[in-house]
Amino acid sequence: MIVRDLANARSGDKGDVSNLIVVARSDEAFQHLLENLTCEKVLRHFEGIAHGPARRYEIPHLRVLNFVLERALDGGVTRTLRQDIHGKSLSSHLLTLEL
Amino acid sequence: MRIGAGAGYAGDRIEPAVELARLGSLDFLVFECLGERTIARENQSRLNGVSSGYNPFLEERMRAVLRICAQNGVRIVTNMGGADPWAAGQVVARIAAEVHGAGYRVAVVEGDDVMEQLGSLQDLPLLESGEPLDSIWDTVVSANAYLGAEVIADSLRAGADAVITGRVADPSLFLGPMLADLGWSYDDYALLAQGTMAGHLLECAGQVSGGYFADPGVKDVPGLDRLGFPFADVSAAGEVVISKVAGSGGRIDRLTCTEQLLYEVHDPTSYITPDCVLDVTHVQFDEVAPDAVRAAGARATARTETLKVTVGYRDGYMGEGQISYGGPNAVSRARLAAEIVLSRLEQRGLTPPRLRVDLIGMTSLHGAAARAADPYEVRLRVAGTSGSERAARSIGEEVETLLTNGPCGGAGDFKLVKDVLAVQSVLLPRGLVTTKIRLVES
Repeated sequence: MIVRDLANARSGDKGDVSNLIVVARSDEAFQHLLENLTCEKVLRHFEGIAHGPARRYEIPHLRVLNFVLERALDGGVTRTLRQDIHGKSLSSHLLTLEL
Repeated sequence: MRIGAGAGYAGDRIEPAVELARLGSLDFLVFECLGERTIARENQSRLNGVSSGYNPFLEERMRAVLRICAQNGVRIVTNMGGADPWAAGQVVARIAAEVHGAGYRVAVVEGDDVMEQLGSLQDLPLLESGEPLDSIWDTVVSANAYLGAEVIADSLRAGADAVITGRVADPSLFLGPMLADLGWSYDDYALLAQGTMAGHLLECAGQVSGGYFADPGVKDVPGLDRLGFPFADVSAAGEVVISKVAGSGGRIDRLTCTEQLLYEVHDPTSYITPDCVLDVTHVQFDEVAPDAVRAAGARATARTETLKVTVGYRDGYMGEGQISYGGPNAVSRARLAAEIVLSRLEQRGLTPPRLRVDLIGMTSLHGAAARAADPYEVRLRVAGTSGSERAARSIGEEVETLLTNGPCGGAGDFKLVKDVLAVQSVLLPRGLVTTKIRLVES
């Protein structure tokens, strides 16, 4: 099972920080993600992309997990050498994480 | 009162704003056009004398909407003034004279430029690097404080039909009209919370009404080619309903609102704006009609003593080159091409301090994570930065010369060099920022 089976995701950028919003499709899916989608797993999945640290915020009644990844955007939008300067595609990468 | 979002970034579509102005029964239309990168770019354009320092689409946007807005009693608020709000204000007044006539009042908000204040505050720590401001001061080209909603409200109370600003926090562009129109106190944090939340949901325009959302088969969105931009109905008591023009493309529901609520938010209990510290963790969304969502439950605590300042500074040059390979052995040819470019740069003593090689179609977005079979075609991209313009330029040149000197079948070459304007931030005590409103009339 991958994250995409349980949730949708959207990424946002501020400076060198990417936040990845994960919205579970059901209460059961949220509970599963709450227990299994940890910061450690996310950082491992983003090895070579986001260096961390990472924090996770939870809003259960909206079924939201918000991951905040530091040092994730190669210096941020004005300095990065990446093609994806905002990290817009990073949410898609999170969806491929194997749970 | 009803307030619409006419743009969510500098280069956004123009037709949805026209649709809102014409059919939205709006009181206010807000254009948010100044991202973190945008003000850096507009400062850069101004410095290079390439163009003026305001939004390059200002004239086109205003020609499209100003007459309709004036006829329908819709007042305009925008940060399209960028790095030169006064010049932008004069452009708007000139267009108003042409398309509407005399008596159109444009308020220009100044005071976000804090270069002068920072001159004597060299010890201020940069939030990103931790180093003192002094460490980059020689290369600093701009410093703009995020202004809050109050100066926008003051401009509207002074009778402005359009308010043109430089750097203002995105939600504040929306909160300002609420303060002015609904008679809210700037110390009523329950109302500031709801207004700031509404502004945050609206500020990226189409991102709450179905843009940046579609995933075919999983999350479908109708009519993205004619996406309707959102508006909010906001009551004096702080009730907020997000919706869009009936018949426009897109969708507004709990899912689109939930994704946008957290967009670019870190700690959801403390989203800091110049007006308040917003807590969105108790927000509830209710679908009250098709494409209409009531948003309630935002909370806020007192605004901070400081304003965030974006400092733009010169940070060398970036060069880039791209070339495609297709058919049998395409990936091996692209990898050989990359080796050649890196070796050539080294032989010429021009290897830039930061260099990156991507195979677009394989590894450019998520690095080595993608481990699919070799694609039919692949595009090599080499990018690097250097303090030397010559070194940065040579990256694209070395990719281009692969056409006749590299592997067989290289195609579709492209090269680019540009100067880099980076940004960092400092926090400035509020008392050191003085805003000013200048009026100009058509």
